[in-house]
Amino acid sequence: MSVEEATLVVPVHEHDEHAHKKLVIIAWGGELDRVWPQMILATTGAAMGMDTTVFFTFWGLMVLVKDNKRITGDNWMQKMMAMMDRPGMEHLKLGKMNFVGAGPAMMRKLAKDQSVASPGELLSMAVDMGVKLVPCQMTMDLLGLKREDMIDGVGEPAGATTMLMEAQDAITLFI
Amino acid sequence: MSTQIAKTLDLKGLSCPLPIVKTAQGIKELQSGELIEALATDPGSVADFNAWCKSTGNELVESGEDGGVYRFVIRKK
Repeated sequence: MSVEEATLVVPVHEHDEHAHKKLVIIAWGGELDRVWPQMILATTGAAMGMDTTVFFTFWGLMVLVKDNKRITGDNWMQKMMAMMDRPGMEHLKLGKMNFVGAGPAMMRKLAKDQSVASPGELLSMAVDMGVKLVPCQMTMDLLGLKREDMIDGVGEPAGATTMLMEAQDAITLFI
Repeated sequence: MSTQIAKTLDLKGLSCPLPIVKTAQGIKELQSGELIEALATDPGSVADFNAWCKSTGNELVESGEDGGVYRFVIRKK
């Protein structure tokens, strides 16, 4: 069988009762090219009927900050960080080929032309589908982020223990 | 069991993961045993609809392609 044929063969299985029913995504990266797969997999997990949780930590947490919130933090260091790297889903940079924002703009244009949903659209779909969004309490403290800085639909902040408990019987992805 | 299509979803032009996400949302409104028809142009949807039906327990009754449009008929669990 040629490679081309092999990729076309889709085995039809019986419903697998033992398939994982839980998905935990540890979203630690805040670049557009990480946030996109985080959101694609979260919505797909929910569509597959999986109990899906996304734990947002470190730079990953910044996508939950409201897009119109320019500066976050309490002290000058936290404020400086928000100033240098603007939080929010619409202000993501690319991990490579960023070119002062030209890269992400081009990527979003290509995605729109291909009818690929934006990470922001996928995030609202995820909320609608019951995906739990859990912000990391420690990162919130570190960066001086407050609940009111964040978008609607974000759940109670939690720590590493809660997440590892949640992940015990789940597929766990670290993106 | 019903052989009438209760609902048709036009997913043509949409890319992963939207065909599956929209099907999962669309099938919620159906009763158990009813049929939903999904029309997609994403070649990846062939494997994805098989996998989705396997994992959710909904039955993939029909799957075919005509002129670049993939058609899936699914019976709700």
